[in-house]
Amino acid sequence: MNLKINFSSIFAQLLLLLFVIVWLAPTFGLFISSFRDKDHLAISGWWTSLMTTEINEIHRTNGKDKQIMENGYYIIKDNIFDNIEGKKISSFGVTSKKINEFNVGDTAVLKDKSLITVYENGDYEWKSEKEFKKKKGRRIFITATSPPNFTLNNYKEVLFKEGLGQAFLNTIAVALPSTLIPLIICSFFAYALTWMTFFGRDLLLATIIASLVVPLQMSLIPILTIYNDFGALFGIAAKSYPGVWLAHTGFGLASTTFLLWNFIKSLPKEMMEAAKVDGANHYDTFVRIVVPLSIPAFASIFILQFLWVWNDLLVGLVFLDKHPSEIILTAKLKELLGSRGENWEILTTGAFISMTVPLFIFFSLQRYFIRGLVAGSVKG
Amino acid sequence: MSFFSLASTVLIGILSFIIYFSLSNFFLDVFTRYKKNKFVYENSIRVIIFIAPAFFVLFVFILYPVFETVRLGFYDKFGREFIGWDNYLWALNDPNFRRSIINNLGWLLIVPTLSTFFGLVIANLTDRIWWGSIAKSIIFMPMAISFVGAGVIWKFIYDYRGPGDQQIGLLNAIMVSLGVEPQAWLTIPIWNNLFLMAIMIWIQTGLALVIFSAALRGIPKETLEAARIDGASEFRIFWSIIIPFLEQTILVIWTIITILVLKVFDIIYAMTNGEWQTGVLANLMYDWMFRGGGDSGRGSVLAFCIMIGVIPILAWNLYRHREEQKT
Repeated sequence: MNLKINFSSIFAQLLLLLFVIVWLAPTFGLFISSFRDKDHLAISGWWTSLMTTEINEIHRTNGKDKQIMENGYYIIKDNIFDNIEGKKISSFGVTSKKINEFNVGDTAVLKDKSLITVYENGDYEWKSEKEFKKKKGRRIFITATSPPNFTLNNYKEVLFKEGLGQAFLNTIAVALPSTLIPLIICSFFAYALTWMTFFGRDLLLATIIASLVVPLQMSLIPILTIYNDFGALFGIAAKSYPGVWLAHTGFGLASTTFLLWNFIKSLPKEMMEAAKVDGANHYDTFVRIVVPLSIPAFASIFILQFLWVWNDLLVGLVFLDKHPSEIILTAKLKELLGSRGENWEILTTGAFISMTVPLFIFFSLQRYFIRGLVAGSVKG
Repeated sequence: MSFFSLASTVLIGILSFIIYFSLSNFFLDVFTRYKKNKFVYENSIRVIIFIAPAFFVLFVFILYPVFETVRLGFYDKFGREFIGWDNYLWALNDPNFRRSIINNLGWLLIVPTLSTFFGLVIANLTDRIWWGSIAKSIIFMPMAISFVGAGVIWKFIYDYRGPGDQQIGLLNAIMVSLGVEPQAWLTIPIWNNLFLMAIMIWIQTGLALVIFSAALRGIPKETLEAARIDGASEFRIFWSIIIPFLEQTILVIWTIITILVLKVFDIIYAMTNGEWQTGVLANLMYDWMFRGGGDSGRGSVLAFCIMIGVIPILAWNLYRHREEQKT
């Protein structure tokens, strides 16, 4: 009996471990890769990042300008690496067909009888009895081992040269109002739907419930038309920050209202009535009683909507321009996927930067996030 | 735009709504102070103050567009001339449309099923293992990541290099170590859809997991203990007690993920842009919104097709809401 329980428990643990590994590995690989040297990243998997990497490189020697005379020979010598990062050469070659023809330290004899020797640390010596005539040096192919190399250079490059820093600010400028505006107007709306009586209230509530699941694709074309007409009428840009805030407010309105309505209607009725007896009007009741009590609900909804807006691509793509002062992170990342598809150091770093804020929120406010989701996150 | 102009735009945007509510309520108080019939008068205006902004946004961004989109589906590409069912007939004969419908159905069938299944299994595992809550956090984490970010993560996994080269994509590296030829996964028609769906499953399993975890706590301990004393195996308990108990929850999660999958756009847009037969309705619609200056008729028809998918869920939600209101 005991044995059986242990067996099933070990099996359960192993199964869960497998799930955890499969779920974590993709993100972990991206995280590691964003710190790797770009030359390493391009030729070896991230799981080898703690091992030395073997790389093949092509270098060019100096030309005739740098030649010197020594013991009757014309000599060109230098180090082929611009900066030594602990690379060690293991073999070299002088033609592209045989790139590891010679071991390091050996001397290669070229067609014109000149001799090239390459040393482990990258020093080379090219000597000839005749004077060197060519302005350009010759190519040397090397195979070197390079130790693990972690760097922040990718982050510098992506943030400042690729414009992701600006996109990051733009995304904040989109996300904050797009989260707070719905929160403000929907909390008044939800209060009215719960504690005020007026004609058509039930119909309005049913409309909200129906709007919860309406896909936002249904709205794109008409709203884009409205924006274009509006822009043309007043001679302003059709795509702008206020425009995208309102769009996000519209698409988040139903779910925000619904969640708040669910919460506000659960507040004790006696409290509202007592406030009314004391002569408080609805605005006072809302500000003094409902808002303070709703802070936990606000937190959950804020997180849900903020993450939704931060991670959105479609709305930002349709209602904002793609020039640097308006492009959001996800759109920028998609652009990089197209233009720098092979530069994994740019892509992994960019993706990780776009994930920093959601992951921070996730790990610090996970409880509220889960609470919001469990309360019923249905979004159109 | 500089940091300060951005910050001030943001601040003005948010403040204007706060100012609207406080000023309008303040003036209402001032004007109604000496009125007779104060309460009736005051309350009806306050209702308008409270609901006006939200109702305006709801009307402009949801209600009007829904009807306008349906209408535009019967008009030409500029939305000027009535052309009857032509856009619908075009869609039926368009190979891309048919491909999208088939792909969408595949997504609808596979993603909610597997996400729910994995979520349920993992929720059960984490429930009885001491490091379960850490595991839960890790599996839930992809929920916080954008679809585009997830796209980059997985494109890196699916990366392909020629057979002789060192593979830097995890999947191909595993394949090579097993002695299988590396593949350009995203370009193999039909199968590539599954590799795209894997991303969505990876993300949505977390959602299913946390909701199931919350629901599992509602199962009475006595029932489970009674079953164990009667000698039921864990597997039997799972099928005969836990699953029936979670029936409602399973249905809710299923619909949430189904709605999400119907609109799936970002993943495909970022990964393949609909090439190699991976297109879905939302991508096709986006394409027609802008292709050749945009075709509002065809775009609207495509949007409406997505809408048709949610109508049963919409009706069911309304029905449930009405039942709840009765009690």
